[in-house]
Amino acid sequence: MVDDAVTSRRTVLKGAAAALGTWLVAGVLAPLRALAAEWSKPAFESRKVEDALQNLFGTAQATPSASIRIVAPYQAENGATVRFEVSTTLPNASTIAVLVEKNPAPLVMAMHVRGAQPYVSLRLKMAESSDVHAIVKSQGKLYSAKQNIKVTVGGCGG
Amino acid sequence: MAEKRTRIRVKNLDGGGAEIFVLISHPMETGQRTNPKTREKIPAHFIQKLTFYVNGKEVAVADTGTGVSTNPLVSVRVANAKRGDKVKVTWTDNFGEKDEEEITIGDAG
Repeated sequence: MVDDAVTSRRTVLKGAAAALGTWLVAGVLAPLRALAAEWSKPAFESRKVEDALQNLFGTAQATPSASIRIVAPYQAENGATVRFEVSTTLPNASTIAVLVEKNPAPLVMAMHVRGAQPYVSLRLKMAESSDVHAIVKSQGKLYSAKQNIKVTVGGCGG
Repeated sequence: MAEKRTRIRVKNLDGGGAEIFVLISHPMETGQRTNPKTREKIPAHFIQKLTFYVNGKEVAVADTGTGVSTNPLVSVRVANAKRGDKVKVTWTDNFGEKDEEEITIGDAG
């Protein structure tokens, strides 16, 4: 009788663990699958570069790479509009992300290229002088490059 | 809207291919600013998705946040784009506003 009770409790626990496992896997995989299609609210609302990368790519591990080329000024007179250009020679680059470290929300853009060259140019808003990161996803891995841009006038005013 | 909000310009690149520039008339409000008179927060209003097509095929999709400048100017490069190709750009923002513009690549640039 006691044995029975223990066994049945174990069975129940095992079942629960299995169900939990399935739920976890579903929960983790779903955002990954949605990456390319869905605008990632958590990534764009992240306050730190690492959190933004984690939310966007599922990992914040990025290897510094000399194959990423940034063209941007070292000093910007006006933080409201700072030209920033990224290109890379890394093979099969699928996504280029641009993050301004000291902005309230660092993630500026995630450009998914599907046929276009691994290149993007845009104008950033910068709250203050900061490192600007270019993160490239190439063959499932992340590579990074950064440049510090000094801002004389903040861009928070939009 | 009478004024065009989305403009496309294509520059033919020296090594072949083309660079597609899109200029959008958009406030790109960050949600951090307050109206100095009413002291109320100005709600965030920004473009979230920007999609580039060449001859109907999607070539690049940008997810964007509040860090893109007001009146964004964004460009991508397409290696095999040539004269006569149709270039289309569409965008949507967090208010659900959207626009699109299509041009045919000409000799210019």
